[in-house]
Amino acid sequence: MSGELIDTNVYVSRWPFRRVYGDEPGELVDLLRSHGVTSAWTGSIDAIFHRDIADVNARLAQTCRTHGDGLLTPFGAVNPMWPEWEDDVRRCAEEHGMQGIRLHPNYHGYRLNDPLFERIVALAAERRMLVQLVVSMEDQRVMHPLIRVSQVDLTPLPDVLARVANARILLLNALGALPGGLRQRLLATGRVCFDSAGIEGAEGIARFLESAEDSALVFGSYTPLFYHEAAHLKLRESVLTAEQDSAIRYGNALRLLAPEETHPAQ
Amino acid sequence: MEIWDAHAHLTGLSGRTPDERMAFLIRLTDRMGVSRVCVSMGMSFEYDPTPERFRSDNDEVLQALSHWHHRAFGFAYVNPKYPEDSVSELNRCVAGGLLVGVKLWVAERCNLPGTDTIVELATELKAPVYQHTWLKATGNLPGESTPMDLADLAARHPDAAFICGHTGGDWEQGLRAIRPRENVYVDLSGTDPVAGFTEMAVRELGAERVLFGSDAGGRSYSTQLAKVQGARISDSDKQLILKENFRRVLSPILALKGISN
Repeated sequence: MSGELIDTNVYVSRWPFRRVYGDEPGELVDLLRSHGVTSAWTGSIDAIFHRDIADVNARLAQTCRTHGDGLLTPFGAVNPMWPEWEDDVRRCAEEHGMQGIRLHPNYHGYRLNDPLFERIVALAAERRMLVQLVVSMEDQRVMHPLIRVSQVDLTPLPDVLARVANARILLLNALGALPGGLRQRLLATGRVCFDSAGIEGAEGIARFLESAEDSALVFGSYTPLFYHEAAHLKLRESVLTAEQDSAIRYGNALRLLAPEETHPAQ
Repeated sequence: MEIWDAHAHLTGLSGRTPDERMAFLIRLTDRMGVSRVCVSMGMSFEYDPTPERFRSDNDEVLQALSHWHHRAFGFAYVNPKYPEDSVSELNRCVAGGLLVGVKLWVAERCNLPGTDTIVELATELKAPVYQHTWLKATGNLPGESTPMDLADLAARHPDAAFICGHTGGDWEQGLRAIRPRENVYVDLSGTDPVAGFTEMAVRELGAERVLFGSDAGGRSYSTQLAKVQGARISDSDKQLILKENFRRVLSPILALKGISN
């Protein structure tokens, strides 16, 4: 079995209301390496709260270059509520060589039926960039009184994907409260994948795979905001075939970054 | 490290009967290295159970445990709105049966007088009282207790042993609320595996007051065990949390009943 392990859900920088081990880049790299992670798709918490997104993305790229010897793969942010946001997509691709972007619609104040969202998805698809869409950052029941946001309503997403050929979406922290019918509609598009950080309940991965293709799930830990161990224990809690295990650990993630192999033009 | 799970259910598990679900739970605990598990409530949840309903729920737990007394414990579910019926049920299931603790959920806030009668009998029986608690930014259920409510109750019953279920969910407040009440333990179960939870619990309460619980099957062993296994605390503290503290909480009643631990 390959020792490869791609963690698709990692952040740098600090959550505003709590310090945790791993919110310094050196600690983060040590933490990930100690658990065998070979590649970590990394966004910045600053992207949620800061207004100068271009600077956040530049610092993210710099952090990923200077820590971890290639372990950290940057996923820049785009906030379509700001003027000239398209240029942030361009900079992510052309200046920083990013393979994808990470969106936080609920914190940035737009819904998925907003035409702006479709434009982001289309622009990313033109550049063959993966879109990571973060559905929630924390349980609504324990949010700080100054920042309370609903999780992203994914209902419009299947229709958006029907209109934007070749778009690929990886949903992060999504499965907690997602209605089963909507989940199946998303999976039926063939272009939506989930990360495992949002999986909960007894034998969660096995239960997810009962109604989803093996290709629909990737390893995600939500480090450092969640204890990293949870993502590994989920692989033990469910009885998986060797093929399922390797697909979740790295195979599916690799395919998400190589769309021409698995997602021919629609 | 040996692991005892202080808080699990029969819901969220595969199986049509209590026996089938318990067998599923045992297979799960085997896979995750958990040697003992404590279950409460029935095959489905009822916020405000009538006496008939909580008796039925406890019968399901007793049935589930019937083949697994060497691996599992059970707590009796009662409702403070029915103090007399609750006392009768504790006499049936704890004094006269094999259940070893009390489970209180969301029927009524625990600092109201109805809970006192239940706690007095639990104390007499040396049975710990597990009280679900939450502090929801979205608003608690009408009868849902907060850690502050439990701190009030614990102050009235200094000889009782309480478990603050879920540490109030909002654990940064919950830990502070119960910190002065040394007869209150906290249960780590029932929340996302947010980093820092266990470290703060150990720092503020001491590891001796922190219990591992899974809240299976609604929650996973993965997310809940990670709170201990991933915490930056000593191995000796981890062992206290994973097993020794719950064993110590149960020791008086297990000794009374002649149950080995």
